[in-house]
Amino acid sequence: MLAAILLGFLFAIFLVFAGKFFRGKLAVLSALIPGGLFAYFASFIPQISSGEIISKTYQWVPAFGVDLSFKLDGLSLLFSLMITGIGFLVFAYTASYLRGHKYLDRFYGYLSLFMAAMLGLVLSDNLISLFVFWELTSISSFFLIGFNNTNPASRKSALTALGITGFGGFFLLAGALLLGSITGTYSISEMLSMKEAIAGSEYYILAVIFIFVAAFTKSAQFPFHFWLPGAMKAPTPVSTYLHSATMVKAGIYLLMRFTPVLGDQEFWNITLIIVGGITMVYSAIHALFRTDLKGVLAYSTISALGILVFLIGLGTKAAFLAAAVFIIVHALYKATLFLVTGIIDHQTGTRDVTKLGGLRKIMMPVAIAGILAAISSAGIPPSVGFLGKELTYEASMHAETFTIIIVIAIVLTKILLLWAGFVAGIKPFVGKLPDAHKDVKAPGFLMWAPAIILAVLGILFGIFPMLIESALVKPVVSSLGADASDYHLALWHGFNTVLLLSAITIAVGIFLYFFLKPSAKLESRIGKLEFISPKSITEKGTHYFSVFSAFWTNVFQNGYLRNYVTTIVLFLVVLVGYVMFGNPTVLIDYRQLSEVTAYELAVVIILIAGVFYTVFTKSRLAAVAAMGVVGLAICLIFVFYSAPDLAMTQFSIDTLTVILFVLVLYRLPKYLTLSDYKMRIRDGVLSVALGTVICLLALQVLAEPTNSEIGDFYAKNAYIMAQGKNVVNVILVDFRGTDTLMEIAVLSISAIGVFGLLKLRLKSTDRSQ
Amino acid sequence: MKTLILRTASNYLLPLLLVFSVFILLRGHYLPGGGFVGGLIAAIAFVLHAFANGLDNTKGLLRFHPGFLMPVGLGLAFISGLAPVIGLDDPFMTGLWFPEPFPVIGSVGSALFFDIGVYLVVIGVTLTIIFTISESA
Repeated sequence: MLAAILLGFLFAIFLVFAGKFFRGKLAVLSALIPGGLFAYFASFIPQISSGEIISKTYQWVPAFGVDLSFKLDGLSLLFSLMITGIGFLVFAYTASYLRGHKYLDRFYGYLSLFMAAMLGLVLSDNLISLFVFWELTSISSFFLIGFNNTNPASRKSALTALGITGFGGFFLLAGALLLGSITGTYSISEMLSMKEAIAGSEYYILAVIFIFVAAFTKSAQFPFHFWLPGAMKAPTPVSTYLHSATMVKAGIYLLMRFTPVLGDQEFWNITLIIVGGITMVYSAIHALFRTDLKGVLAYSTISALGILVFLIGLGTKAAFLAAAVFIIVHALYKATLFLVTGIIDHQTGTRDVTKLGGLRKIMMPVAIAGILAAISSAGIPPSVGFLGKELTYEASMHAETFTIIIVIAIVLTKILLLWAGFVAGIKPFVGKLPDAHKDVKAPGFLMWAPAIILAVLGILFGIFPMLIESALVKPVVSSLGADASDYHLALWHGFNTVLLLSAITIAVGIFLYFFLKPSAKLESRIGKLEFISPKSITEKGTHYFSVFSAFWTNVFQNGYLRNYVTTIVLFLVVLVGYVMFGNPTVLIDYRQLSEVTAYELAVVIILIAGVFYTVFTKSRLAAVAAMGVVGLAICLIFVFYSAPDLAMTQFSIDTLTVILFVLVLYRLPKYLTLSDYKMRIRDGVLSVALGTVICLLALQVLAEPTNSEIGDFYAKNAYIMAQGKNVVNVILVDFRGTDTLMEIAVLSISAIGVFGLLKLRLKSTDRSQ
Repeated sequence: MKTLILRTASNYLLPLLLVFSVFILLRGHYLPGGGFVGGLIAAIAFVLHAFANGLDNTKGLLRFHPGFLMPVGLGLAFISGLAPVIGLDDPFMTGLWFPEPFPVIGSVGSALFFDIGVYLVVIGVTLTIIFTISESA
């Protein structure tokens, strides 16, 4: 299973080197990767539907309980199949959509990076690894939204999306750590058995809030929804794949995954119902005011995500069933509509729905796909959308409180979604073909085939619901902790209230479609309310935040090294001095100090002389050389006190520092006295204070009873466990090797920083951009 | 600073110091030394050469930008930590060792490769910083 997840990462890395072969005709071959993975995951369907759960654990950081453990149950399987299945179609579609693009290989790299991260996310059974994959999906989404990186609007949208989802990522980490400290494990399956302990914990509400913020930001719930319409700046395959079918459902996945752990509590259910309810109605209304096809689809996607959150909040078996079916329904019809929109955009060059019409005469297969998807989205029988809608109504009618309001909200949302689906799927194809589009060419097979496949599946699953019933839907419900074995999906349930509601929805929706046409006038009307939207408020907030940070940076990061050093030293002196002198038992045990030998004395005298020479010399080079003397004297002290490793390192560092200084100073102008007497005295006082404080601190440390447990452990085990006799080096490369790895990474970053600062300066002509 | 003595000496010192740095690197597991010091010594060797012969000559000698050593070293260190995860399902950074010590080198294990990674990164970082600064100064 690890290989299945890593495949996408490996392919992304492979493309870095072999990308140029995938820019041309071979591009379509990359679809084999999600295609193969789809077949791999589909082969698990029989096992999963019989109730099995497949898990595999790879140790990662066992000391902290962080493992790469993967679990394939009904919920994970549904998402994995969606990710790889829609991935397969999108990869193929991209080959045609972005044919000949300069960075096609890069695009595939990002896509497969995303696919792998998303698979890892839905298969992880460990909260920490789930978090890592969660962040990876945000990052790959950032790259994909900003793919047209020459367009400032694209870059801004990418940054907004990264900001919002990254913000949620922090909350996910916080929630994971909190849940980990309540339960003592990061394994989600182990948390399942501790439901009562978690619900009884005083941190329950806090943990739920953290998980909610993470899910709501990722799944674009009100008031974090606004990044999603912005994300539509990405090329259409990305919108199809990430921003309708898979990534935005990660939040839904998280909520579903945690339903058996955190769910079934009043706070959980009511919050989800309210947030989901507001989101679905708010954004369904917003969809009415858009003329950009992708805008309509973006808002209807947010609305659909709201419906899912709302259904999870209802928390009944019927609601879970409805949610499971609706995930499939939505993935099928929304991906189709996005693909269709992409085709229209690609062939005609516009997505403005007011300018489109009659395209069926040119692209019949696309029209069929669009109309079928619109039918499924509207919930007209015999599509699978009808099943989803019936189940949703059924679930909302059995809500415990405020049933009337809930039913009205959901029916209203569904009516508006029907309108949105018709506008995106039917409107561009019917009516008269505008003269401007008379010469539009028909799209290639690779473009319309994926759309047709998804659209036909949407109808097929409606007519034969048994295809998805026991394979996909019921295992999902049982992952959520409910038993649905007695329920059967069917198109016909007899004459009842639900059917009546469906009829009303379809009738009113179609009436609305003929009555209300999208127009620029409507769009400008909603634009007037923009100033109180969560988007503008957040933008204002970030603006003030950046003004404040600019001020803060100007005060503290003023670019003068001497000011930095002064600040750090002053802070240290005050803090350490306060602790030391605030504590009355300052004890320095002079008896423990060893005798001072003659050569130590000699070294110290050289050292002090070096310091004085450094401070008072008039020549810059001499000061540097004197600094070198100080460093070497310290090396000698290290040697006396049997720390040869330290001495060697210090020696090399000192040599390099002196060389570096000499290289730079060689070309500087003559020494100038820029500081006046007051400054010099201030700096002198500060330096002496620091020296005194550190000296006292060192003396006091000596007086403390020593605890040599750790040192003994390393000394004893260096040879036994790590086969080395040099304990210092064994600690560096083995016992604390991860620290060293991080340290050399930091070193590299600083070197890149120096290089970037000095070498990659913008030319004055570039700077204005 | 192009004195004849330094220039001649540095031509001989460069290979000597490089060999010495590898020696320090390898002995690190038993005696004082290791990748960090070894890397610094190797960097000093190149810097000394640059001092005597000019930066351009040293760069010509290196043929590639020292910065490339950073990703190579980081990758090597990371892979040596990752090897037990992939090969044996052990945790990240578990030490793996060949059963018999090699002649001259001593026992060889994942920690040695990790140390070589550190060595390369230190050379890369030090030379990148010094070359960059001395070019722009």
